[in-house]
Amino acid sequence: MAEKHLGKQTVYFAKPPSIRATASIVGPKEGKGNLRQSFDYIIPDELWGEDSWEKAESKLVRETLAKVLQKGSMSNDQIEYVLAGDLLNQCIAANYGLRETDIPFFGLFGACSTMAESMSLGSMLIDGGYADNVVCVTSSHFCSAERQFRYPLELGSQRAPTSQWTVTGSGAALLTSEQTGPFIRHVTTGKINDMGIKDTNNMGAAMAPAAADTILTHFADTGLVPDYYDLIITGDLGKVGKKICLDLLKMNGLDIENRYNDCGVMIFDTKQQDTHSGGSGCGCSATVFAGYIYKEIMKGNLKRVLFIATGALMSPVSTQQKESIPGIAHAVAIHRSLD
Amino acid sequence: MSYINAFLVGGAICAVGQVLIDKTKLTPARILVLFVVSGVFLTALGIYQKLVDFAGAGATIPLTGFGYNLAKGVFNEVDQTGLTGALTGGFKAAAAGLGAVITFGYIMSVVAKPKAKR
Repeated sequence: MAEKHLGKQTVYFAKPPSIRATASIVGPKEGKGNLRQSFDYIIPDELWGEDSWEKAESKLVRETLAKVLQKGSMSNDQIEYVLAGDLLNQCIAANYGLRETDIPFFGLFGACSTMAESMSLGSMLIDGGYADNVVCVTSSHFCSAERQFRYPLELGSQRAPTSQWTVTGSGAALLTSEQTGPFIRHVTTGKINDMGIKDTNNMGAAMAPAAADTILTHFADTGLVPDYYDLIITGDLGKVGKKICLDLLKMNGLDIENRYNDCGVMIFDTKQQDTHSGGSGCGCSATVFAGYIYKEIMKGNLKRVLFIATGALMSPVSTQQKESIPGIAHAVAIHRSLD
Repeated sequence: MSYINAFLVGGAICAVGQVLIDKTKLTPARILVLFVVSGVFLTALGIYQKLVDFAGAGATIPLTGFGYNLAKGVFNEVDQTGLTGALTGGFKAAAAGLGAVITFGYIMSVVAKPKAKR
């Protein structure tokens, strides 16, 4: 039995890694949203001087990595691994964004759950003694995601009321082995969870069961209760998925409503910004974590946070072949201090 | 008066599209195909011609009007050349429209760049 494994799906870190710094860069629309104060930089327009959306997304990754290293006072050659992923085919935003960094690279695909996935694996690398400094970075871009998953913007399609708005932005976290905090205490790795939802305009509903499952498993594995956390926050369920997640948890006897929120609900002003169900994408949970959540932890307003990034693991091909949408959710527990 | 008729009928057709987006799980591409095919059927049943007579461009400009154009082309061509008109009529009637779409679409794609939605 692995000594750091708790219950079915959870890992407990004996020497918990610290999050030394975070960085977030977002698009202009996110820069007008509810959390605009918390981001490091707001790009002036979606192309950011590049000639395609995909190149702009790679630039987001590249600049966010540079920003997190600058904020953490570290250079590229001090980083043992960079763990990164995005939503594009073959994760090209990360591949091209990081090709000149000279840092050993693991490319990840967890759809919109990639931020928590990369932080989970990064923490294991550090606690396992394989690395001292690891950067986790993910991105998404509204315009490249529309082309990837729905229709090219040139078509000018209308959006359905349950649809979510892919966040343009990139978030990064620099994890280190030093004991300065904030600390990553537990990681609960999610299972693929498919309840048969087929509507790609309703990803919140497809991912909510996975989020509920991971939250329930986290508390079962650790023996903790929801009151232990100041904030339990899912990645990008949106308004529709957030309600489904709460209902599913209540059906299983867990009420977290007074300390629960969703990054996709928080990032935009859904009434003013016409974003329908809310934000989504790897960049949604990544920028809200790297911006808002991390800053609130550093200010001392949040002492313990359970961060659950959620992903929809479908592709345009599986959608065309009428497959349902598998969901995934990974949880990372972050503590301000070790008491 | 003809402006009002065009506005009412054209607006009603577009409103049907909005309801389909809001209330069903149909993707935009499916709704477009549905509109073209509906235009063909309604023309074949003789209904769409009445709508065109009443509303003019209000009925011919929305996508159902493209279906109307295809079906009407087939009817005319079958009358003139027999059954092969069923294969050629639609293309002939739509040729000007499709040629314009491809030509202007190409020109615009060269001179214009797509912008992000806000």
